[in-house]
Amino acid sequence: MSDPAITLYRLQACPYCERVVRVLQDNDIPYRSRFVEPMHADRNVVKRISGKRTVPAIVDENTGVTMSESANIVEYLEATYVDGVSA
Amino acid sequence: MVDFDVVELPAADAPAVGDTAPDFTRPLVDDEYWENVALSELYADGPVLLVFHPMDGAFPATYIWNEIRDRGWQERLEVVGVSVSSPYEHKTFIPERGIDSRLYSDPDAGVAELYGIDHELDGMAGVREPRPAVFLLDTEGTIRYSWVASEWPDFPEYDEVEAAIADHA
Repeated sequence: MSDPAITLYRLQACPYCERVVRVLQDNDIPYRSRFVEPMHADRNVVKRISGKRTVPAIVDENTGVTMSESANIVEYLEATYVDGVSA
Repeated sequence: MVDFDVVELPAADAPAVGDTAPDFTRPLVDDEYWENVALSELYADGPVLLVFHPMDGAFPATYIWNEIRDRGWQERLEVVGVSVSSPYEHKTFIPERGIDSRLYSDPDAGVAELYGIDHELDGMAGVREPRPAVFLLDTEGTIRYSWVASEWPDFPEYDEVEAAIADHA
């Protein structure tokens, strides 16, 4: 089994994370979830990958892109995987 | 020493040496995050010691991980734990007890049941967990050594496990 290219750093019950999940699922984009610490100050793993401690954050090995902020992520996913372009 | 009674556990129905370890996927927790990981993904990378233990707050969980750390097994192979504790509990248990392993979270004891080692806890209605058990898996997922508690409380035969690691890992 090969790992999905997209890793989503998320927090349980975070609506901004669910928004990203919905876009991934609606478009059958493979991803894996990594659930992180509710305490913002303790999310060092997210800080290491994205430079910030906010979630959601994604790492896409297909494109080398790492990004935060759900609106940006949704826009990126739709532009990269949905708008007629196959990955 | 005071006398105390250990409880005899009924016969377990665990997989035996030579069997393929039943595969499962559960959240695997380290001190920073958790994600779904299949057991077969772990042993594909090298031998694995799979350690079932009581829930994280119970003293045997701490004792077992202390002993494993003192014996340095994590430097020799991948050692992973399984308990019914939630990912949040694992995430605090790991740094609090200085555990150098990742822990599977199996809250419904489904993995314990898959391995035939689940038991109902007296006085904790509706709570099942695995009895203490240790399985050494090679890179094919074949069980090369196993130990399953036959009484409660009970602790792994550490010297036997160590000999098995020396032979197979």
